[in-house]
Amino acid sequence: MKHAVISADESAGGMFRKWPFFQRLLSWTKPYAPFEEGTREYERYDWNSLLPEEKANRALMRSMMDGTSYYPSRPEMERNLAGFAERTGITVRFGCRWTGTRRDGERWVLETSDGEYRCQVPIFAVGVAEPWRPQIPGIEDVPHYAQTRPAETYAGRRIFIVGKENSGFELATGFLQWAKQIVLASPSPAKLSINTRSLVGVRARYVQPYEDHVLAGGVVVLDASIERVERTGKTFLVHTRKAESQNELVFEVDDVIAATGFTSPIQDLPTHGVATVGRNKLPALTPFWESAAVPGVYFGGTIHQASPGLRKHGIPSNSGGVNGHRYNGRILAREIARKHFGIDPERPVVPRAEVVSYLLNEFTNAPELWHQKSYLARVLIRDPKRGIVDDGILPLQRFVDAGPPDGVAATLEENPAGDIYPVLYTRRGGIGAEHDLSPHPLHDFRTRDHERAVVEALEGLLL
Amino acid sequence: MRSAPDDITDTLGGLAIFADLSRPELERVAHTLEERYFAQDERVLREGISGSAFYIILEGEAAAIAGGNRLNTLGRGEFFGEISVLLGEAPVADIVAVRPLRCLVLPGGFLRDFLQDNPRVCYRILVAEARKLANTARRRA
Repeated sequence: MKHAVISADESAGGMFRKWPFFQRLLSWTKPYAPFEEGTREYERYDWNSLLPEEKANRALMRSMMDGTSYYPSRPEMERNLAGFAERTGITVRFGCRWTGTRRDGERWVLETSDGEYRCQVPIFAVGVAEPWRPQIPGIEDVPHYAQTRPAETYAGRRIFIVGKENSGFELATGFLQWAKQIVLASPSPAKLSINTRSLVGVRARYVQPYEDHVLAGGVVVLDASIERVERTGKTFLVHTRKAESQNELVFEVDDVIAATGFTSPIQDLPTHGVATVGRNKLPALTPFWESAAVPGVYFGGTIHQASPGLRKHGIPSNSGGVNGHRYNGRILAREIARKHFGIDPERPVVPRAEVVSYLLNEFTNAPELWHQKSYLARVLIRDPKRGIVDDGILPLQRFVDAGPPDGVAATLEENPAGDIYPVLYTRRGGIGAEHDLSPHPLHDFRTRDHERAVVEALEGLLL
Repeated sequence: MRSAPDDITDTLGGLAIFADLSRPELERVAHTLEERYFAQDERVLREGISGSAFYIILEGEAAAIAGGNRLNTLGRGEFFGEISVLLGEAPVADIVAVRPLRCLVLPGGFLRDFLQDNPRVCYRILVAEARKLANTARRRA
């Protein structure tokens, strides 16, 4: 497909020149893993590399890291993305800012700082990195997370952090050795990923301030509404109120920081009908990452977190991270090629005798299923002419709601108890059913019991 | 922080099941729930599919459909999904957006704590459930 890529940044990896503030990412790349780097299976252990077709450019992240941590530093991640763009020969017009959008018949016109682009299909991969603040009186006068000063400038100061998600706890972790007092506050209790048993909540790396709070070491983690922030000379008064007691608690502090999250700079798209949702006002998306309100407008990258999928047991996708949206991106490219350009490569046939072992292998090793649990699935369909056809990795929601008349989607899921187990969704004559398989202590589902369960689910459908 | 989306805190205050909550309580609730948008004809709850959630309609309209028959229509302020969550069973009907739908969603695993933490909301939900039961009984009579 003919395409053009534009970026307001001066080079690849721009976001990682700024964030995360305290230098290292939350996504790991394991230098030593059970599988050789560059293999599909290794991707499960490498959350940060992008996915080229050619083997020589796979698993680039590992080669960019100095070995001091399995979390890449910001410069390492930036080199990973820049190296990928350079080695794969991706042509990007850098320093070109999208400034506006309009329709011209069937086409979209993107107005940019370098002139206009016309296209059949726009894909907006503009990130979720624009600072967002809630409407608290006085908060407009305090710095956002994105404007945090170097940590040492907070030495001996009392800091009030508005927000108890990862960015708030990241700052608190960085300030532990500098600040005289740290308060983190928001209306609802902090969730910790080790309690939710998912990536929902504060990641384990940033839990140290929470332990300090629990041990009454000087950090305060407060569940309270923030009513207003008042500047009083060199200090701030932060007025808070707990929901249960209704009592006002006022904090006098030297610094207030709004770690209140980010939104996406989708500019004038809402004026074209693009619906937004949630506090971050992200575009409401279909399972194929198309605007739910304006067909033909697509989104890429971390904005994919706005397409929630089935969200079974409340567990979200990992589309907000590279490890999740890198697979979505592949699917999106294929879907746009099929739907808008009539390009639809033939799918391979899977011999009937190999179906069961193929699915058990996918459950055990497919990186797409491990990184995007109950969100992406391996889909096999029964084609009256060709037999059993591998339809590839696809959004599970699309299969469940509008899949083929006869087929199966294989995915992994996690329940609130933290069990990870394979699930088959079958469609027989368009009627759907769910088949949960049992977990395995080593997550190796190539067992006789699992084989029997797959056969039972697929009998008369694909077997 | 004051509710993520202030407009959601205000909207919650206008819904019957949250009518007894103070402003800080509404803000805490608004922070606990997540907003979702469903396009027309999109399925919200799926018959026979486990792991669902509790939904409160903010805007739009949804229909409960079982065996191809529309059972009832739900609108602003109404809620659904609680029965399958509380019983730990998959829904027995589809819920489908009749027109674009905005809901607040609470994952099933959090519903018990939510009801225990918000007894006045729990009471209002019970009253609404009682009303639904009474209406069903009247229709059958």
